[in-house]
Parts: sequence; C-alpha cells; structure tokens
Amino acid sequence: MSIFESLELAVKNIVSSKTRTFLTMLGIIIGVAAVILIEGLGNGLKGYVTDSFSDLGTNTLNVTVQSRGATRQLSVDDMYDIVSENSGYLDLCSPTVSMPGQVKIGSDTVSTTSVSGVSEDYFTIYGREIAQGRRLQYSDIAGRAKVCVIGAYLDQAYFGGNSVGQTLRVGGQSLTVVGVLTQKDDDLEESGSDDCLYLPYSTAARLTGTVSAYVITVKDEEQVKQSVSVLESALYEVFASDDYYNVTSMSEMVETMTSMINILVGILAGIAAISLVVGGIGIMNIMLVSVTERTREIGIRKSLGAKERYIMQQFVIEAACTSALGGVLGILLGKGLSTVASQVASSLMDASLNVSPTMSAVALAFGISVGIGILFGYLPAKKAARLNPIDALHYD
Amino acid sequence: MRALIEFKDVCKYYQMGDTVVKAADGISFQIFEGEFVAIVGQSGSGKSTCMNIIGCLDVPTSGTYLLDGRDVGGMNRDELAEIRNELLGFIFQQYNLLPKLNLAENVEVPMMYAGVPKAERRQRALAALDVVGLREKYKHKPSELSGGQQQRVSIARALVGEPSLILADEPTGALDSRTGREVLAILQDLHRQGHTIVLITHDNSIAVQAQRIIRLEDGHVIYDGPADAPEAVVTPKAAGTGEEAAV
Repeated sequence: MSIFESLELAVKNIVSSKTRTFLTMLGIIIGVAAVILIEGLGNGLKGYVTDSFSDLGTNTLNVTVQSRGATRQLSVDDMYDIVSENSGYLDLCSPTVSMPGQVKIGSDTVSTTSVSGVSEDYFTIYGREIAQGRRLQYSDIAGRAKVCVIGAYLDQAYFGGNSVGQTLRVGGQSLTVVGVLTQKDDDLEESGSDDCLYLPYSTAARLTGTVSAYVITVKDEEQVKQSVSVLESALYEVFASDDYYNVTSMSEMVETMTSMINILVGILAGIAAISLVVGGIGIMNIMLVSVTERTREIGIRKSLGAKERYIMQQFVIEAACTSALGGVLGILLGKGLSTVASQVASSLMDASLNVSPTMSAVALAFGISVGIGILFGYLPAKKAARLNPIDALHYD
Repeated sequence: MRALIEFKDVCKYYQMGDTVVKAADGISFQIFEGEFVAIVGQSGSGKSTCMNIIGCLDVPTSGTYLLDGRDVGGMNRDELAEIRNELLGFIFQQYNLLPKLNLAENVEVPMMYAGVPKAERRQRALAALDVVGLREKYKHKPSELSGGQQQRVSIARALVGEPSLILADEPTGALDSRTGREVLAILQDLHRQGHTIVLITHDNSIAVQAQRIIRLEDGHVIYDGPADAPEAVVTPKAAGTGEEAAV
C-alpha cells in the first residue's frame, strides 16, 4: 500500500466529516493566521520605518558637539576641515542651528515653524528644491546676511504665495525672504514638513550663541559604519576625549529600530505559535476519539491483512492532512487579514503600512502545521496500529 | 491429499483474574485441501478460539499450528497479517464491510494490502462481485444493501485474493433462514469448485451442510468425522433427549 493510497483514504475521511475536520483544525487555522499576520505586520512596520528614515536621508550623519566644559573647542571651520580631510568618506557638511522661538510675520505670530540655521549645502543634502527665488548662498553665510528661505506653508498661509522680497522677524531679527522651497507634503499643514524656515547658520549663531550640531553626508552609503568611525576618530583628536561629541547615522537608527521590531515580532509570533501547539493537541484529541470510533474498521482492515505500519501510516497521514489543510486555510485567512490590516492602517493612521507576510514565513507556517499533525498524530496512530484484531472485530 | 491445516495438541489458556481458562485444551486435527469442514460447538466450547487461531488472529499458548506447512505459532503480528492476507479469506457473521466504501472498494481492500496495482484491483473486484451476482451494484454503499447481499459482498471479498482457505464464522447467524440457505448454497458451490472451506457455527442444521464435522466441547474435540453420521450431531450430554439431534 503506497503513501498515495493512504493519502486518498485520508482525503476521503476528511471529506466525509467536514464539520468535525473543520473544528479539529480551527486551532491550527487561528495559529497559522496569527503567525502570518504578525509577521506581515512586522514587515510592514519595518518598511514604514525604513521609508520614513530614508526621507531623512540614510546617507547622513548627525553630529552633536557639546563643548561646554571641554578644554578644547571645535569651530565650524574646524569641522569643515575635518570633512575635507576625510573626503574619501565624507562629502557635504552643514551646521544646523535650531532656533527656538516664534516667527513674526506682520502682526501674526507663528509658533509652529521649525527654524534652523544652515549652510548652502543643506538643501542639497536633503534634496530640497527651490520653487521661487533662490537658495541660500555662500556669500549669505560669509556675510551673515539677514535673509531666509521659507517653506511653502508660510508662503501660502501668510504671504499668499508672494513672499519673496518680503520681510519677517525671527528672535527679534528682521529677515528678508529670498526663496521658497517646493512643497513636500501632500497637504500644507501647521508643523508639517513645509512649515519651516532656513537662515544662514552664521546669522542664527549670532542670535543663539554657538553651533553645536552638524549634518554630514557620506560618500558611499555602503560605508556608513566606516565613515562614522573616521569622523569619530577625527573628533577624538580634537577633544582628546569622547565625552564631548556624538555621531549618529540614520542608517544605524534604522538598523536599531528594525532589530527592535524583529524582537517584538519574534515575541508576538512565539505567543501566536502557542496556539499552534494547542491546535496540535486538539488534533491529537480528535484522532484519539477517531481511533476509538473506528476500532472496528481497524479490526476489519487488520483481519484482511493490514500490517501495523499501514494502519499507522493511514492515521498519521490523516492527521497530517487535517493539519496541512488547516495550515492552508490559516495562510489564506492570514493573507486576507493582512490585506484588511493594511487598509485599516492606511485609513486610520494616515500612513501607508503595507502588511505583507514573506513567502518564507508562509512556507514555515505551513511546514510547522504539517509537522504538528505528524507529531500529534503519532500517538493515536500508534494506538490504532497496536489494537488487537480480535478485540477490534468484536468492538461495538 | 496435503494437509492444509494441522493442529497438534493446540492449547490456548487465558488468565481471568486468579483462574486460568482453558479455551482450547489439546486440540488436534488435520484439514485437507478441498475439504468443507464445520467446526461446531456451544458457546464456551472453544470454537471461537479455534477460529481465531486458524484465522491467524491469535497464536496458541502451546502446541503447533501448521498452515500450509508453515508454523504460525512463532510469527509476529506483521507476519500474521501477511499470512491472513495471502492464505485466508474471512466471512464474518456481521459481514464487517467498511461502511464508507462502496462495494467494489470494499472488495479491493485485501488486494490493496497485497500491493495489487489499482487497475487490476478494480477488474478483479468486479469479477468477484459478478460471482456473487452483485456486479451492477458495485457503486452502492453496504448500507444500501440487504443483509444477504452484504454477506455475498463479504464472500466476494474473501474470494478475491484467491486464498487457500475460506474461513466462515457463523456466516448465516445474522440472516433469516432463506437468505442463510442462499449463502450456504454459495459456500457449497465454492466447495464444489475446489475451495477449502472451514465453517464455524453453533447450529447443527448449518453444520450438517458441510462434508465433515469437528465438534468441540470444553476445549476438547469430542467428534471428528463425516457430517452425515448420526453421532455427528449428538452431543454426549444431549444423547437420548433427541433435542440436539433434530435437523
């Protein structure tokens, strides 16, 4: 008797008791669906994180310098020197001076705008384009020009799209608008990416005091780690201590977030996998009942010449088929729920979260469910195979 | 003639609590190829034990049982299963057909375990159903048939593997007397065609349809001889009352 014939028998038996089979495999269905959904959610989350960080530039390094208390200081020129000395790894550099406080436009006061002092390269680093007017230029920086470039939100909301040449005030300093950035977000909103104002860092530094943060791009995205260590060792040379500076890279942050999501997904999937085990026990339970119910059938088969391994094979395959079918239904359910979750996430969170389980997770879930069927089918099958044919024939 | 079945001092003891039940206590006989033998006895006489041992469903506690020259006593469960499949055809009182399978599939079961290819199996199953006159109904389920028809299917199933021995355990026990006679007639036909048949029954009127009777009582053989001899149907205890002799 071949495996295929056992398979045929198993399928017949499963088909002949649909309700029971369905209830038997419910645990497996739920377990597999949960594992797949969680894995898919994890993937979606990772994709979302990667996407939103790559907007910020995965090729950028953020450097903060805390000079207070240090015996040595790092000027902006020193930093530019470091970058040009390591031009094999480092590319563009811009100081970033973030300024607290409000923007005053005529009689209006805007407190949501992010105001930063930057260099002329800042817009290249973040890929911001100019829609009207011009960017900041080196001469603005050098001359501490009282000019600024503003985001589309300020332009539209306070200047009616006609801001170039107008003035506004930041921290008591009057600035002339020389350019407007192209719109970035779909909608113009307060606190959005377009609610921003950039002025020369030299101008900003005069208002706030020091320059303590920089954004630097790396030449090669594949060499972020090396670039970080090059930069760190250059800074160490300056301060002779690593207490006064901090270099972070976006891609490192993405890595950290991704590994955190992985751990979270692992834990959740592990919890979901418990229900697979419970499902397996359910299958074992029903198979044991089924062995008792079919005692007479087993006796008949044995009297007609079925060896123990054929009986065993028949029951194990039946259990494996039941759980495999459960696995397939679970995969379909999990896929369906993933689609629903994607849509719910996009509509609720206003962010595109693409919940998509990987093929390997699907294959693994299926493999585990078949394995569970075989594992938990073994005991009942053994019991069936061991039945004494005489007793089995006279069983009612 | 060659002895197909040889019982030499076969004993089967069961432990029931503290007492030992001697279900078979030194039974010896031979059954030859082509014979039609009835093993008769009341319940508790040891005929079921005999049937189980002859059918290789059980092995003797002591003594030897040779089936077709092979010693069954030392075989393991899988070897017994193989012997049953190869040499024996069972007909049971309760028919013992598998309710979820149709008639053809039921008849195919022993061939499936013998490893006969699928196409040949179906062909042989239909031929066997033809012998018992149920070929047209091969797609039906056993539950759609009368008792007599079901028993005929089980005869087809017993025949299909071309066994050396057909072992019928109370084949008419669940049937009314008319269909019982039909089933017996089939067995007699098979006997005439050269099959060896062992019929186990408690009913003398059935037993006398055989050629030879082996009567058991309390685990012993008390008669072994032709079915048409008067003493074949008279138990020593019942002798003189005439009740048991009524045929």
